[in-house]
Amino acid sequence: MNYLDALVMHGPRLWDGLLLTLQLTVVSGLLAFVVAVVLGLMAGSTKLLVRLPARIIIEFFRGTSLLVQLMWLFYVLPLFGPSLGAMLVAIFALTLNYGAYGAEAVRASLTSVPQGQWEATAALSMSWPHKMRRIIFPQAWALMLPSLTNLWVHLLKGSSIVYIIGMSEFTFELLQLRRTTDWLFALAIVGLVVYFIIALVLTQLMRLFEARSKYKLGRGPSLKEILSPVLTNKISPADEPAAVAPGGAR
Amino acid sequence: MPTPTDAKPAMPVIEFRDVEKQFDTKTVLKELNFTIERGERVTLIGPSGSGKTTILRLVMTLEGLTDGYIYIDGAPLVYEQRDGKRVPVSKRQQKLLTTRIGMVFQQFNLFPNMTVLENIIEAPIHVLGINKRDAIDRAHQLLEKVGLPDKTDAHPTALSGGQQQRVAIARALAMDPEILLLDEVTSALDPEVVVDVLQVLRDVAATTDVTMLIVTHEMSFARDVSHRVMMLDGGKIIESADPETIFTNPAKERTKKFLAAVLRDA
Amino acid sequence: MIRLPGLMGVLSGTVDAPDIDDTTSFWRWDFAWEVLPEMLRSFFQVTLVVTVVGTLIAAVLGLIIAILIRVLPKPLAWLVTWSANFIRMTPIVVQLLVVFYGFVWMEPMAIALLVYGVHYSTYMSEVYRAGIDAVPTGQWEATTALSLSAVRTWQRVIIPQALRSTVPSLGNYAISMFKDTPFLIAISVMEMVTTALEIGGFTYRYIETITIAGVIFLVASYGTAVLVNRLERRLAYAY
Repeated sequence: MNYLDALVMHGPRLWDGLLLTLQLTVVSGLLAFVVAVVLGLMAGSTKLLVRLPARIIIEFFRGTSLLVQLMWLFYVLPLFGPSLGAMLVAIFALTLNYGAYGAEAVRASLTSVPQGQWEATAALSMSWPHKMRRIIFPQAWALMLPSLTNLWVHLLKGSSIVYIIGMSEFTFELLQLRRTTDWLFALAIVGLVVYFIIALVLTQLMRLFEARSKYKLGRGPSLKEILSPVLTNKISPADEPAAVAPGGAR
Repeated sequence: MPTPTDAKPAMPVIEFRDVEKQFDTKTVLKELNFTIERGERVTLIGPSGSGKTTILRLVMTLEGLTDGYIYIDGAPLVYEQRDGKRVPVSKRQQKLLTTRIGMVFQQFNLFPNMTVLENIIEAPIHVLGINKRDAIDRAHQLLEKVGLPDKTDAHPTALSGGQQQRVAIARALAMDPEILLLDEVTSALDPEVVVDVLQVLRDVAATTDVTMLIVTHEMSFARDVSHRVMMLDGGKIIESADPETIFTNPAKERTKKFLAAVLRDA
Repeated sequence: MIRLPGLMGVLSGTVDAPDIDDTTSFWRWDFAWEVLPEMLRSFFQVTLVVTVVGTLIAAVLGLIIAILIRVLPKPLAWLVTWSANFIRMTPIVVQLLVVFYGFVWMEPMAIALLVYGVHYSTYMSEVYRAGIDAVPTGQWEATTALSLSAVRTWQRVIIPQALRSTVPSLGNYAISMFKDTPFLIAISVMEMVTTALEIGGFTYRYIETITIAGVIFLVASYGTAVLVNRLERRLAYAY
């Protein structure tokens, strides 16, 4: 069978597989972000009772492999707990695994926010939720975004293994081509290109977020300037000389 | 010569009683006792490592207290004595007290994710519960006072160091503090903008009766604004007197030597 | 299909036929004990071999890629950069499948070493690149002033300085590779988790094997991470 014919024939199924892959990537990605923020904040706490459970969860899910977690949730959990079904197992495993990695990124970027910023919030008597939400997290956000972007791409790539538990995502559908064509080699390359394009779109999208968060901290150009090439010549705000002395001093 | 506003205040606004501070095994402050009256402006001088900044950071509760007690308006700030035991005060009480204390830092520490105005109104609105309109009005007045009325919507990173520090002063004043801590506020600035910042502070000193605890290397500023100067060395106060006495006729040889070295550099 | 997943000959001999009554019991120590040698065998013979050899290939190839990007003329350097990006940003599972079905004459174990080595070389090249960038410009200028040859410059001046700061990151990628080895299930190489599932297929018991696999991963990767951490601190002091 011709290589293109096979592609056309399998087109709709490949498309369905692709949609499932995207679904897994987005849903697990968002859930993993929530897990990362919660565990990251806990792991950065000064209280041992808050920090310790977070550390144990993080080290556990980072230390055991993704596939082990998938298999455990799929084969072992039903023995004494709920049988989740392949979709939920896939989402849970991807969420917890990459969420644990993300938690490390969140914690590290929180500690990278300069000491002076923490002290300034103390000097203004801000409460913990207040300073986190308004001062510390917005600054840590710019620092953690590159790591989170990388992890999201990792999650996309990791999702290619969930066909093992019977999810008919993109890699699964690619493998089905084996039955009708000998061109799997070429088709697998098509598969790689598709994954590459998704990954590129994800990273470029996140780069815009990163630029926006940096602009909000007064570093780098605004999104408007990035997205319109005409305006790119504009220089970012530089230090101005000191203004007139107050009160007309000396 | 300036004098404290009220002749006989009932209670010192800050009191250190047998304060000791260690970092790891290094003792920075030892058996420190002093009081500061309401409205008094006190400058701490001394060689680096003498514990001046640590005193400010203890008052702001940025550092833990190894031993002893600190009282703000007679109320214990970190530890209190109860049934003969030294126990930590409640978080609530500590917060109530620290809300009345403001601090300006050497490195400004403005929030880079907020504009100048947002920096100033953030804590008054969310910590003191002042309504937004009043907070904004007050912020405009303060920016006027520090000579930056047109920088309301600027980003801190777009300002020079001197401008950033003046915004930081406005931010601290917006909380209407009873005590203002100034930690080497001109040390990170270019020499030509130091005068602007000091002028703002002289102005604050002249127009308000806020209690000030100052750490600075600007001796002429210390001399002009302080009611009292305390000389620290090795974690102890070795001399405490009015600026005139300290600068012209210090009692201790150590003070004389320190001032001679500092004033020669200036 | 040319090759079927190879069933391990030893399995039939070492593991008893399933006992219907016992498939319902929760955790059986005797069973765990029985399968442990098989699990450890797959760990040492496959998982560890792929990790160690894969890391060596990735470390060498990564350095070559990093240097090529620096020395090649621009269009070629661009090509190398984007080829590396392509490999780094696509799933290792699909890469394994591509080579498995594309080069049918290759041994699965050889495929494993090749794909893991190449995939992770693209990560390690980034680490080297950062290390090379971190060598101060003054060092390059000094080699010019001394008229050192390009080869000599790289060999004696740049690489030794660049390598030092990269060791901890390379260690971390070795750990990542280790935790990625179960993806070999895609081409039926009998690493630890595949072995666990294989045994499960015969005995209908998964809890012991999968848990053992998890514990081995946890201990090995956490242990290595602690070692890497210590190495990092020692290198930091060495400066």
